[in-house]
Amino acid sequence: MHRPEDGLYAALTRRGMTRRAFLKFGAAMATALALPATYAPRITAAVERAPRLPVIWLRGQGCGGDTEAFLASAAPSVGELLLELLSVEYQDALMAPSGDAAVATRTGLAERYPNGYFAVVEGAIPTADDGMACAVGGRPFRDVVREVADGALATIAIGACAVDGGVPAASGGGTDAVGVADVAPKARLVNLPGCPVNVANVTATIAHYLAFDELPATDARHRPYFAYGGLVHNQCERRSHFEFGEFVLAWGDEGAQKGWCLYKLGCKGPETFANCPTVQYASGTSWNVKAGQGCIGCTMPRFWDSMGPAHARLPSTLPFAPNVTADQIGLALVGGVAALTVAHGTATYARELRNRVVGRRRAAAATRQATPAPTAELTLEPTPGSFPASAPASTASAPLDDEPRSTERPT
Amino acid sequence: MTRLTIDPVTRVGGPLRVDLDVQGGVVRDAWVAATMFRGVERTLIGRDPRDAWLMAQRICGSCNGVHGLASVRAVERALGITIPANARLVRNLVAGAQLVTGHVTGFYRRQLPDWVDIVAAVEADPTAASELARSIGDSPAASVAYFRRVRERLAALVDSGQPGIFAPSLGGNGSRLTPAAALVLGAHSLEALEWRRTMTRLQTFLGGKSPHPQTLVVGGMALTPPWGGPARATGEHPRRPQTSAPAALSERGLHVIQMLIDGARDFVDQVYLPDVLYLADAHRGAAELGRGLGNLLAFGDFPEDDSDEPRLLLPRGRLMDGDLTTIDAVEEAGIAESAAHAHYDAAADLVHPSDGRTEPRYQGPPPPVATLEGVTRYSWAKAPRYWDDPMETGPAARMAVAYAAGGPAGSVIARTLTNLGLAPDALGTTIGRIVARAIEAKLVVDRLEGWLTEIRTNLASGDLAFVDISAWDPSRWPAEVEGWSLGESPGGALGHWLRIRDRRIAAYQVIDGSTWNLSPRDGRGRRGALEEALVGTPVPDPATPIEVLRAVHAFDPCPACAVQ
Repeated sequence: MHRPEDGLYAALTRRGMTRRAFLKFGAAMATALALPATYAPRITAAVERAPRLPVIWLRGQGCGGDTEAFLASAAPSVGELLLELLSVEYQDALMAPSGDAAVATRTGLAERYPNGYFAVVEGAIPTADDGMACAVGGRPFRDVVREVADGALATIAIGACAVDGGVPAASGGGTDAVGVADVAPKARLVNLPGCPVNVANVTATIAHYLAFDELPATDARHRPYFAYGGLVHNQCERRSHFEFGEFVLAWGDEGAQKGWCLYKLGCKGPETFANCPTVQYASGTSWNVKAGQGCIGCTMPRFWDSMGPAHARLPSTLPFAPNVTADQIGLALVGGVAALTVAHGTATYARELRNRVVGRRRAAAATRQATPAPTAELTLEPTPGSFPASAPASTASAPLDDEPRSTERPT
Repeated sequence: MTRLTIDPVTRVGGPLRVDLDVQGGVVRDAWVAATMFRGVERTLIGRDPRDAWLMAQRICGSCNGVHGLASVRAVERALGITIPANARLVRNLVAGAQLVTGHVTGFYRRQLPDWVDIVAAVEADPTAASELARSIGDSPAASVAYFRRVRERLAALVDSGQPGIFAPSLGGNGSRLTPAAALVLGAHSLEALEWRRTMTRLQTFLGGKSPHPQTLVVGGMALTPPWGGPARATGEHPRRPQTSAPAALSERGLHVIQMLIDGARDFVDQVYLPDVLYLADAHRGAAELGRGLGNLLAFGDFPEDDSDEPRLLLPRGRLMDGDLTTIDAVEEAGIAESAAHAHYDAAADLVHPSDGRTEPRYQGPPPPVATLEGVTRYSWAKAPRYWDDPMETGPAARMAVAYAAGGPAGSVIARTLTNLGLAPDALGTTIGRIVARAIEAKLVVDRLEGWLTEIRTNLASGDLAFVDISAWDPSRWPAEVEGWSLGESPGGALGHWLRIRDRRIAAYQVIDGSTWNLSPRDGRGRRGALEEALVGTPVPDPATPIEVLRAVHAFDPCPACAVQ
């Protein structure tokens, strides 16, 4: 059992983490969440008082890529995550026990973790053949997800497969795979799509919970605004080339070597909502556009079928005559998408969000949890909200609630 | 007689179940079942062959990128494309970095908990640990103060009552390692976690992200040098605002990649290889455990030239019945799969993958599944066979073939085995597989710098080509054409087969190294490689089947690769 009175910061220093490293962590999380720098101390202070959060991490029809992405976390480092921030109780790729001993750590969850736990689901959930296209411990994965997700403080679906079925749900798969929302409708769900998920968005979501005692604000598809609120295209380092009409026309050509826009080779940046260009991968080392290949839209719903083929432009992107050129499209899009740019990272955002979404979630959680979470003293009074009535203008006008692709057409 | 089920087998690349029939404290029979199916081969059908690698690489994110490479190679063979030398070299670098990453993290994360209970490190004397660390390796972090800090960190974890993934393992049962050794290996497994980030950086430079690198293109790589060559710093209009990290093939980027490669090699030389040799040395006499089929198959990989039959860093070949003197050639026509004991609508016959089909239908018992004994179709994995024989693949097979082929690699392998007092045929045992993996990581990590140097030489001489787009336009493709590729994933011999008809994928089949190793029985009832290796394993107490777990993890099996 963890000791609620024993704060994280005390535990961290006992384990040799320096104050400086801890402050750095707060700053990194504030950046990832697009909060102003003044929030870093607040995050640091809140996380200091939080006990290690128990995590039950389930893996279904997936490739393990999200686990691998998680293990490459840099800020906080994976060692800090596993030893100091989280208590990963069940994770079949990482845990020492096997068989029944492993299963025991995710049974009787309410008694075992009286202060609550996070569920993380990676991989899709098959529903054909009684769900036996993915069985764990001789039982369908579907049943395990229900069991664990329903009682969790929050369930984070990471990666495209857990969000909406991903590869197994692509046409032809044959297992009727679905995401978490379809098998555990009662779960308090945060969807973090991507193939694989960007680990910065996972750690930022968890840090947000630890710091503000609530989950980050999400859209109608349960995607946090901080990560999936902006178009790749608007944040892209090659955006200026799009506006200049400078395009890569063939792999390896002069434009490719000069780092021009990949739109004509099928880049889905103009249709995709994600923060890849700003957060990037491996601590800002690179991302696919920087490395020379366009976006494939992997954060978008059912992207294998809706965003393909990877190297052709989407016919549905623009409501123009078929003979319109990318250059013309570019001029139109500049006006169109700019108007829809999602502003985030304001103090208003954080304040508003505490008052609404979190309040609602906490209220729901309170009724479900026999014992309130030990971090509850950090929370404001639960105020069952009327989201999005009080949403700030900057997010209320964002075309995020459903099918962003169809709403961002320029006029 | 005792029936023993381990489900889930943890620390592997996907859902895996092992059922055992134990008599007199020894495994008499074994059933290995991959319990997940996704249908990637099926979803590929109808798609643009130029996109195939993107979806195929999603077969596995732990064996990151290898299926993308196998797929793009199969398409290139179908379309008759020879990729530029630079593209081959970058692909070798990415795949080589992945193999080294997989082997090192596999040892510390997936295999080590079977040999030592890290929790025991809490009892260790930091002075003894420091002395031990200095005697077995060259890790720069080996001071008494360092080990005291690590011990305190682990102790705090245990004392908190929330050990998390470090919950006590069975590895302490009958462990031959002292608490000091547990502390050294535990400290190194934490370091391996952090070291892995440098490898992720290397792969992200060359792949744009990791897992699932995104710089492949049918015909080569999407990665390009800056206009005018790597030395040319400017020349872009307008200049990119991005300044956090250099472009991979710029002068500065190549320099950073060089440093990352140095870091990779240092860790293998100073920490990983010494640790593995120490573990193997401490378990002398246990070498017979986990002895498998003795039939070893390696497709080989890492082409060293651009010919049709290139020289391979890891050679191709087949060894039969434990005979390490005669290497048979590998013929693509000899590969076939049987679905006799798998959940598919298929006859029991062996079918060549170019004619293979994947029609899933679960045919096991209804849940909850109590036992697999007596169940005809018990796994989602098909049973691949080579000229009708079950084969073991993976690092042990690759190192055995390299040993048999002789040369500099062969003598490195021979010397290492001799120092450990192991016979060459002991590569096909539990200890041998773990040692083979470490030797292979050493051979590959030592070659990374050479590939990078070749790229730099080519760029300096004005060869800026990374892609051949002559076959990019589908209007030039034949109406129907077939392609395949044979190579290696970290887990073993990997093949992709596809047929392109009317510019679309008409058929797609994958056989991974883990498909061979996790194979269920075939139409003639012969066990797969892991099943065979488990037979004869001692299980004195069914509550602690530690030797079984060691044998399974020594294969480092990947169910996600085995069943797509």
